[in-house]
Amino acid sequence: MNRWLPFEWIAAVRLLREGRLQTLFIIGGIAIGVAVIVFMSAMLAGLEANFIKRVLTSQPQIQLLTPDQVARPLRNGPGVIEDAIVQRPSQRVISIDQWPKIRNQMLAMPEITAVSPTISGSALAIRGDASRAVTLSGVEPESYFNIVRVPDYIVAGEPRLTSENIIIGVELAKDLGAVVGDKLNVQAASGANRVLTVTGLVDLGNKGVNQRAAYVALRTAQSLLGMIGGVTTIDITVKDIYAAEDIAQRIQAANLVKADSWIKTNAQFFVAVRAQETSNTLIRVFVAMSVAFGIAAVLIVSVIQRSKEIGILRAMGTSRGQILRVFLLQGGLLGFVGSLFGAALGAGALIYWHAVQRQADGSELFPLILERRLFVLTALLATVTGLLAATAPALRAAKLDPVVAIRG
Amino acid sequence: MAEEILRLEKVCKAYNVGLPTETEVLHDIDLEVDRGEFVALIGPSGSGKSTLLNIVGLLDRPTSGRLTIKGHDIASLGDTELTHLRGHTIGFIFQSHLLISAFTAKENVMMPLLVDRGFPSPEIEAQAGKLLDQVGLSKFAGHLASNMSGGQQQRVAVARALAMNPDLVLADEPTGNLDTKSAEAVFELMKEVNRTVGTSFLLVTHNLDLAKRCDRIIEVVDGRIRT
Repeated sequence: MNRWLPFEWIAAVRLLREGRLQTLFIIGGIAIGVAVIVFMSAMLAGLEANFIKRVLTSQPQIQLLTPDQVARPLRNGPGVIEDAIVQRPSQRVISIDQWPKIRNQMLAMPEITAVSPTISGSALAIRGDASRAVTLSGVEPESYFNIVRVPDYIVAGEPRLTSENIIIGVELAKDLGAVVGDKLNVQAASGANRVLTVTGLVDLGNKGVNQRAAYVALRTAQSLLGMIGGVTTIDITVKDIYAAEDIAQRIQAANLVKADSWIKTNAQFFVAVRAQETSNTLIRVFVAMSVAFGIAAVLIVSVIQRSKEIGILRAMGTSRGQILRVFLLQGGLLGFVGSLFGAALGAGALIYWHAVQRQADGSELFPLILERRLFVLTALLATVTGLLAATAPALRAAKLDPVVAIRG
Repeated sequence: MAEEILRLEKVCKAYNVGLPTETEVLHDIDLEVDRGEFVALIGPSGSGKSTLLNIVGLLDRPTSGRLTIKGHDIASLGDTELTHLRGHTIGFIFQSHLLISAFTAKENVMMPLLVDRGFPSPEIEAQAGKLLDQVGLSKFAGHLASNMSGGQQQRVAVARALAMNPDLVLADEPTGNLDTKSAEAVFELMKEVNRTVGTSFLLVTHNLDLAKRCDRIIEVVDGRIRT
């Protein structure tokens, strides 16, 4: 008998140990429940982290654009509008007004980590008989590569952009039959054209994007798109990605620009994440409930089986409180021990799944995130569930009338 | 004059009080047990012996009348105080030994002390060891209760009943389930404890031979004491 354990602990542990098979089965049940929770939570967190990483390194977190051009209705006099229906004007591609000033302001903001002016427009990439429409992005590589990590996505060649170079998407290269070192004729809608050398191929993880992506130096794009000295967007990254929407609204309020955050442009992603979280929570609740019912059922049976012994304990001076604690402890212990096995089982399954499930390109489907917090929380949840589940059986045991219990 | 351990005055016990099915099991019981007395309680089945024992053992309360244990009137005591008083002054031995099967013989003997003190200690263990020695079962100290014979279990139960050094031991047919030889051994053990330690015994039995060897015989018939 352990000298450091009080009577309640000794009795609880002994009773659990004696009902070996029951204890083993219920711990198995709890472990499976806990494993499901650990596995699902960790995988979901991994997938989410992976998605966020992908989203955030292949697109700016805030984009500043020229405000929409609106047609003002014709007015006859104060308050009298002659033409109530106004047609939306076509949106010309125009430069952000006084963009160097705005860029400098952005650079001065402490929550912003990188700012890069870019210009984008449509163009045709022509090689021999093949021609494809492309989204031409003129960028300053030094600053832009801090926002969209083009060098990370390069699959062939190198991320070098002088005024004579172009980096294109892998699908576009396939369509045009181009490889690194080939020359492409890039033609703008206005008719302006330049011959550029392909220095790199990028895979941005999305077929549509890979079919249209074309990066050139800022000045090259400015001259092709007929907008010397102008930029159409200013791309920004921020320190706290979840504050992006806040910062965007502040920028928009203070400047004559439209500011779109990644949160707004990826609203669907957030809806999906929230839906997953909701279903995850629901599954967690139901698993916890089924675990709780299992524990309660086992303990109720135990109370009935041992009512004579409980009566004897009461007769020899054990208080109702002590009996109550003996059974509450059994519930808590079952939950805790089950959660330890469950955590190991869940982590094992996660490691196995992580090793076996790969994306088409062989990279991991989700990063393996095994946070200590998740295990501590799950153990806590299981223990509390065990205690709660034990409440009814423990009360029943404590209320047993020793006379009735001993008589059987 | 010997110290009075137990006194019952006009104790009645009825079940289903106030209902049409009300039945009175005990009528006006007067009973006194002094320190060191070995009293036999006999009577046919259903006469109310067990009910009387439960009331004396503070497991049940009388419907009316007065019950004092060592001078404490139990009517004024709450459930917690009653449990405490029971633990400290009364030991129980039951017919079907009722040891706790998850514990060893020695641990079963330790149990009342453990319940009282809250934690195990060398002192408690030594006390239990001494008691086991007294009932001649030191060799079986580490055996699980479920692995012992009926007679052995009952001797462990006697040792357990004595663990708290009670003033009164209530034995409900302790030899009822034992063969003659074991029964004799258990009875002799109780007598010896009674002689050497001075513990009072109230022994419910159907065995008249055993009853005759007690200091006093009380017969309960139809819920009344026949003297």
